[in-house]
Amino acid sequence: MSRRVYADNAATTAVSPQVLEAMLPFYTDIYGNPSSLYGLGQEAKAKLEEARETVAQCLGAKPQEIFFTSCGSESDNWAIKGCARAQLKKHGKNHIITSAFEHHAVLHTCQALEKEGFTVTYLPVHKDGLVRPQEVEAAITDKTALVTIMYANNEIGTIQPIPEIGKICRDHGVPFHTDAVQAIGNVPINVKEQDIDLLSLSGHKLHAPKGVGALYVRLGVQLQNLMDGGAQERGKRAGTENLAQIAGLAAAMKEACSTIEERVARLTPMRDKLIDGLLKIERSRLNGDREHRLPGNVHFCFQGVEGESLLLMLDMQGISASSGSACTSGSLDPSHVLLAIGLPHGVAHGSLRLSFGDYNTMEDIDYLLEVIPPIIERLRAMSPLWDSIKTGKVNYDPYM
Amino acid sequence: MAYSQKVMDHFANPRNVGEMKEYSGVGEVGNPKCGDIMRMYIKVEGDTITDVSFMTFGCGAAIATSSMATEMIKGKTIADALKLTNKAVMEALDGLPPVKVHCSVLAEQAIKAAVADYYTRQGIDPTPFVGVLTDCDHCACEA
Repeated sequence: MSRRVYADNAATTAVSPQVLEAMLPFYTDIYGNPSSLYGLGQEAKAKLEEARETVAQCLGAKPQEIFFTSCGSESDNWAIKGCARAQLKKHGKNHIITSAFEHHAVLHTCQALEKEGFTVTYLPVHKDGLVRPQEVEAAITDKTALVTIMYANNEIGTIQPIPEIGKICRDHGVPFHTDAVQAIGNVPINVKEQDIDLLSLSGHKLHAPKGVGALYVRLGVQLQNLMDGGAQERGKRAGTENLAQIAGLAAAMKEACSTIEERVARLTPMRDKLIDGLLKIERSRLNGDREHRLPGNVHFCFQGVEGESLLLMLDMQGISASSGSACTSGSLDPSHVLLAIGLPHGVAHGSLRLSFGDYNTMEDIDYLLEVIPPIIERLRAMSPLWDSIKTGKVNYDPYM
Repeated sequence: MAYSQKVMDHFANPRNVGEMKEYSGVGEVGNPKCGDIMRMYIKVEGDTITDVSFMTFGCGAAIATSSMATEMIKGKTIADALKLTNKAVMEALDGLPPVKVHCSVLAEQAIKAAVADYYTRQGIDPTPFVGVLTDCDHCACEA
């Protein structure tokens, strides 16, 4: 194996040395419980509030609007269930608007609320992988309790028009939540300027550890608790604070949000070179709009190729990547994101996501461009579907 | 997804892979919607399958089960080839993850489809020998 390329930063990232350093004192030194009154506890409490302030600053929020959670999924669950149930109780509102290609942490939460009696509108996603703000507006009724639209899609990397959607929701007085797990550090976010009421984020996509996240809740937005218990997080989220990881999250956020411009400037040419190179492969397709796209996201379908076998062959060449094929999802259907943008099943099975971060280099891109085309060729040479495509028995052209 | 070493070996170095130009029978099972298609070619002399090859669009397990199945029927009589079960293919591969069992069924079906085609070309009704083929046993989807 000549090289190792980690091209799955949208799945998770390594903890950075600076983040690890920021975390270590809390395991052995400042280990007090922030709820304790003595010095060691109060020292921990002060560090907790320091971390809260750092995260708030990164988002343009107030410290008291930041709540630490265990992960992005918890933040999504809390924001959506907490807000919807509060809106139902207070105003009798029982309608939620979301999009068809949200992360499962949002989609399955909405489905759970449907079982409680809520009505959910799943807005269609267009072929470019973008939600249309005017369609959000058209879906709002006097019963709408919440709009939840992701900031950037985790598979195809498309960046949604969040400020426009935020403005519409604000004008209609409807709370607006966004899952920004993929967007943090890649897109400038200011919750005040962008009219965001609730925002979910996760640490492990930004070189913080797994198991820590946060939820921004604008002052005045009513939220029912998800986790009852002690008075932590101002009585809204019980459980002794995971201070080491919270400190890690804050350090990672500070680094990620203060270097967005550099990151975008460094990753964009890498991304574009890879896209241009892969588009030279016959019957390949870039999924998602090219312009409104995360700087580190490349997502392709290759006709006649199945995603899991592609991933296995890449792994044998030292490359870690992901796919939306059914075989990698553990279900019979390929990714709901790819189906939502209108790809037929047979094409969606042949998808490949390559996602890059701070530790990738242009040499990684060159290596991928060297390794991927022959793998596609090899898999196609043994693919009866490719044979059928070449002989015109199967035709996916309308979609490509 | 944990594959056995044998599965990975047959995936990385598939046996009897590729199109066969002159064959006695060919069968194709599965469909693109489900994400796996197997095509099996056989060459028959007398009662014996003297050569076999496959083409597969599918996951690692689909490619490995196709490869293993071809090895298991090469040089065998048609009657013996028809006795090959998906379970035997799985055992020969030191097992498959539960969600991949259908791949081995597909391999068994692909052999039957190739034999059925052979019989049909001979002007013989294949049904008494191979039974009714289920193209895609693991789901009810259409191509």
